[in-house]
Amino acid sequence: MENIENSIREVAEKLLSEKKVDLIIGYERGTLPLRTTPCFVDKVEDVQKLVWNASCDANLSKYVVGRKEKVGVVAKGCDARLIAVCAVEKQFPRENVVIMGVPCLGVIDRKKIEAKLEGKEVLEAVVEDEQIKVKGESFELVLPKNDFLCDSCLTCKHRNPPIHDVLVGEKVPEITEANEFAEVSSLESKSVEERWKHFEEELSKCIRCYACRNVCPLCYCKMCFVDQSMPAWFGKTNDLSDTMIYHIVRAFHVAGRCVDCGACSRACPMDINLRELMKKTEKIMKERYGYEAGLSLEEVPPLGEFKMEDPQEFIK
Amino acid sequence: MKDLLEYIGIEPGRVNFSWVSAAEGEKFAKVVTDVVKEVKTLGPAKRLVKR
Repeated sequence: MENIENSIREVAEKLLSEKKVDLIIGYERGTLPLRTTPCFVDKVEDVQKLVWNASCDANLSKYVVGRKEKVGVVAKGCDARLIAVCAVEKQFPRENVVIMGVPCLGVIDRKKIEAKLEGKEVLEAVVEDEQIKVKGESFELVLPKNDFLCDSCLTCKHRNPPIHDVLVGEKVPEITEANEFAEVSSLESKSVEERWKHFEEELSKCIRCYACRNVCPLCYCKMCFVDQSMPAWFGKTNDLSDTMIYHIVRAFHVAGRCVDCGACSRACPMDINLRELMKKTEKIMKERYGYEAGLSLEEVPPLGEFKMEDPQEFIK
Repeated sequence: MKDLLEYIGIEPGRVNFSWVSAAEGEKFAKVVTDVVKEVKTLGPAKRLVKR
């Protein structure tokens, strides 16, 4: 991990000093344990701020969208895929971005650690390759890292950034055996009534804070339909029907573009499993169009174009 | 869209898609009749309705 951190700094320094980029977007230590925060480096002497560990969970592609200057971005598999999606959608010129791909072994889900500690506060934490050491007022624990990774990382099929300009560190083995759609399939096997009940329960937790939208690199619309009041497409209340319409429409908007980076689920303060919805859109795209987002810089997402051979058996 | 709605738990048959040209009056009538019939058997929509 330390090696990767050093390599990131070296690459960043090189890119900056050779004036290939104006800005490096990476991670720096957060103010709280187990946290990192996005870091913007424009001077060579600041590259030492950059860090790399399993708490680098923010999806940095969010900060690339709409940027005019040349940037180098530290990108995990999911980040790199989203950069590719946004480049295809012409949110920035591809040549302006140097993707510093970092093979990733998964990021930590702080909610899982919080659940394990039952409300005790972590005051100090050290994240290592295999384990996480956490320390608090009256406890000290060593946790196996793999038990506390984000759900999206557990079935991630692209831990090595498929598209990158520089690869930092060694490639890691991909997960091949895990079924990424297991949750979706188990929901699909239930009856319509059971599914409705499930989503009613899950989404009634929503407080409409829009953290999921704000953290999503794909939600870059200058005017989001939820904020419009002329016309108001739907109510702003947290009545279940309004909440559900928000989540259904958002899922539809990211369908065929979402790569399951898990940022929305991590950002949710109410712990809604948003991945159940997003993963379904991914499954539909894979089954209907044989399409996986973020693997190509040429292919347009299926819902962004019309082809004569598009499946249309649902049209009567 | 239809897949997603049914996954969330909207009854299959509640949402229908058709393509009818302006010259296909007969097909239009048939589509409307079929949809009305289908929706009638489902009864009133209770899901996604404000309380």
